[in-house]
Amino acid sequence: MALLELNDVHTYYGAIHALRGVSISVEDGEIVTLIGSNGAGKSTTLRTISGLLRPRQGTVSLGDKRLDGLRPHQIVQLGVCQSPEGRRVFARMTVHENLEMGAFSRKEKTKIASDFERVYGLFPRLKERTAQRAGTLSGGEQQMLAIARALMAAPRVLLLDEPSMGLAPILVEQIFEIIKTINQQGTTVLLVEQNALMALGIANRGYILQTGEIVLTDDAHKLAANPEVKRAYLGG
Amino acid sequence: MDQIVQTFIIGLSNGLIFALVALGYSLVYGIIELINFAHGDVFMLGSMIALLLISGVFGVTAATSPLMIVIIVAAVILITMAVTATINVTIERLAYRPLRNAPKLAPLISAIGMSFVLQNIALLIAGPANKSIDNVLPSVNLLSYIGVNTVELSFRQVFVAVVTVPLLIGMSWFVAKTKQGKAMRATAQDPDTAGLMGVDVNRTIAFTFLIGGALAGAAGVVQILYNNVTVWNLGFRFGLNAFTSAVLGGIGNLPGAVLGALVLGQINAFSDRYVAANWTNAIVFMVLIGVLVFKPTGLLGQQLADRA
Ligand SMILES: Nc1ncnc2c1ncn2[C@@H]1O[C@H](COP(=O)(O)OP(=O)(O)OP(=O)(O)O)[C@@H](O)[C@H]1O
Ligand SMILES: [Mg+2]
Repeated sequence: MALLELNDVHTYYGAIHALRGVSISVEDGEIVTLIGSNGAGKSTTLRTISGLLRPRQGTVSLGDKRLDGLRPHQIVQLGVCQSPEGRRVFARMTVHENLEMGAFSRKEKTKIASDFERVYGLFPRLKERTAQRAGTLSGGEQQMLAIARALMAAPRVLLLDEPSMGLAPILVEQIFEIIKTINQQGTTVLLVEQNALMALGIANRGYILQTGEIVLTDDAHKLAANPEVKRAYLGG
Repeated sequence: MDQIVQTFIIGLSNGLIFALVALGYSLVYGIIELINFAHGDVFMLGSMIALLLISGVFGVTAATSPLMIVIIVAAVILITMAVTATINVTIERLAYRPLRNAPKLAPLISAIGMSFVLQNIALLIAGPANKSIDNVLPSVNLLSYIGVNTVELSFRQVFVAVVTVPLLIGMSWFVAKTKQGKAMRATAQDPDTAGLMGVDVNRTIAFTFLIGGALAGAAGVVQILYNNVTVWNLGFRFGLNAFTSAVLGGIGNLPGAVLGALVLGQINAFSDRYVAANWTNAIVFMVLIGVLVFKPTGLLGQQLADRA
């Protein structure tokens, strides 16, 4: 059984039918990427998984637990954490407080302390700025903080919505390295990316989303070699 | 000179009471961007409840022994805070939460309606006339002990500070340092993302109303013991002042609300003394309009959600 599974999910914004029967499954230990052009419904998919939106039809499950219908904090407690699109760090809180917010639903103090060490190890830049207000960080630093914050939840499944957005190429490389590392340390990842080439480079499998429907799914290296995918998403 | 010092002392007492009420406006506005018009009325109910407890339930008179008065006042503060906190949470649950995703005007109208409901409950139970109690706090001038007789610092005024200052300090500490306080700040900045981090947003909002209601209740007790009188529409005057304080300080900004309240307390005292009490509300309104026109972000800056 898949760890995270969406089955025929339909999500609406009022009358707008944004997801039209999306089915995705993510196995334990995988990196799966969700690719699609602007407005395809990638963020809507992640928001539906996290409980910010409720599907009008279809199911979302984690193992044998149903997630659809639960509220966002309950889904976090079950081990699914999202780093949302556009960073969304808490601007008036310090870097350290933002990371504490990531660990909000956890209780084990010693493990949280060692996770602080871990994320500061992954992002030394943040360590130098623990007492700085997040709103005064550079865009790239805010993006690192957003990812680090999600890691502090120690999720079983990490949902990342465009983690490379607005970063310099060298930082993008670094972020993707980190995602790979996190995954090797045992976190399952569902990755939404504009940068399809990089995403397919680290993912096991991928899904192509088009106007709210999954139009193609395959192993990542096969998608990367697929001429249609190349033309539409890989700029060649 | 003595007169100015005297007016300042009165202004300080006013300001501390306003501060407790102003925090309720600012907390709620900060977290759901709602001007909770019913908040002044929750404060009024607090003063009614305190009056009922002091003279009705506990039967305190000027003749009651000082020790008993201390114990009873402490109990009255706690009971009233618990009741007004419950009232405020209930208001949120019934009148605001169902409208959370409605256009902004809907909860605002609901809040105005709630204000009428609370006023009419008070009117029904307590009647239209002023309700007063005996002054149960000693009316000595504490400054006379150090040989000053031209300026009065009454025991009542010290009492106001003894109750309000620790609550204000405790409140800042709570919001800055505790986990629940961080959840409140995170929710105020970005409720969706707070949810994604595992914060129970509904519970956090309810908790914010709980704190606001408790502070308004404490303010109600202090006000009845300080002024010895309350009335069904008392919430209007205090609400106007407290709301203006919150706006003056920068709505959503908690230290700002306290600063604004201290300024408004002085404006009230000096207007009462040197202009005319009849004009005080008008002057407060002018301050409110002036702030909204010339410095809408307030003295210390607004603190609102980051969302667009
Ligand atoms: N709050 C909203 N209200 C109405 N429609 C919305 C809302 N949010 C998104 N949509 C619509 O739903 C569709 C899917 O949006 P979504 O944000 O999921 O796209 P996306 O694939 O994440 O795009 P991008 O790559 O630009 O982030 C779009 O057509 C969008 O206009
Ligand atoms: Mg998106």
